[in-house]
Amino acid sequence: MSFDNAYESLLGGEDAHWAFGTGFSEALSGVDREFPAGVDREALAAYCLMLGDDALIFSQRLSEWCSRAPELEEDIALANIALDLLGQARMLLTRAGEVLGRDEDSLAYLRDEREFRNVHLAEIDCGPGPGGDFATTIARLLVFSSWRLALFSRLRGSADPVLKAIAEKGLKELAYHRDHAAQWTVRLGDGTDESHRRMQAGLERVWPFVDELFATHAVEAALAGVAVDPASLWSEVDGVLEAVLSAAGLTRPTDTKAARVAGMAGRDGVHTEVMGYLLAEMQHLHRSLPGAVW
Amino acid sequence: MSTSWPLWEVFVRGKRGLNHVHVGSLHAPDAEMALRNARDVYTRRNEGVSIWVVPATSITASSPDEKDPFFAPAGDKVYRHPTFYAIPEDVPHL
Repeated sequence: MSFDNAYESLLGGEDAHWAFGTGFSEALSGVDREFPAGVDREALAAYCLMLGDDALIFSQRLSEWCSRAPELEEDIALANIALDLLGQARMLLTRAGEVLGRDEDSLAYLRDEREFRNVHLAEIDCGPGPGGDFATTIARLLVFSSWRLALFSRLRGSADPVLKAIAEKGLKELAYHRDHAAQWTVRLGDGTDESHRRMQAGLERVWPFVDELFATHAVEAALAGVAVDPASLWSEVDGVLEAVLSAAGLTRPTDTKAARVAGMAGRDGVHTEVMGYLLAEMQHLHRSLPGAVW
Repeated sequence: MSTSWPLWEVFVRGKRGLNHVHVGSLHAPDAEMALRNARDVYTRRNEGVSIWVVPATSITASSPDEKDPFFAPAGDKVYRHPTFYAIPEDVPHL
């Protein structure tokens, strides 16, 4: 944009008559949707479901805060984050659906619990239900967004042009999510005795679910060059969490790991008890009124 | 809790705006969070490229009681407006 003439920036464009402008653009317009040669399409679909379900299920959890957050401003902030993640989920489920011959709604609303591939961290109750509170929600957001930001940062090098474009777009969103969580972690950790106690308790609540985030799954192993090996992200994420926790005066919880069932967890479709309830709430409308739209 | 957080006034400069425009207010414990809250509350629809937040207590406002002495004297001084000039056609938004 040239500023030789201050009026120049005011002119041009179809929406020039709007005071603020609209300037919206389709996120993935112009992206090549062909599958790269030699890629295992079944594995690619499974990988897109993994990353898409993480975003979809966590988005559903965050949206539970609507009208219940401690402040109106924070209510909107959490809803914004939920919507960012829902947008990522839509693009990823659509990509999976291109292989599976299904659309995003069918994948979101018409799969059963064992077909979901999200990590347990996304599905557990961290509040506003009895499983947590605002601090627990912030603890989960800190861990989730730090991990996903590192993941998307590497995913920009994916051989799949769609995954690459999704990562490119998601990166800026995730950077804000992590920043938001880090800000609150430091405020609560370094705040009053009560806020410190709750923030520490929130960390203890989510920590057993950290291990699963960095466990390499067979699907990821089968997609070299397309998928990111989560095990390679640990040192980067660990460094971020360490910096935030130390600024907040919080203690890193001891390394406990949530139990697996016969070695399986969320990536294999094995979920915790709350998942069924979450899906019932998320899916019942679409199942009661098939094809319902806004 | 809401009542203990001070009020902030929010000004946003739009993509095509040359100046910041008052868009509303919000509550926040300090300036840094006020800025973040403003981003979340007032720029969700792609409106802004720059945000200012100002503590509401820092604003000195004219009083409605003084409306007439303040503003009425300017009401009949049409010669203070540059309406007697021809406006070139290629200058928009004047």
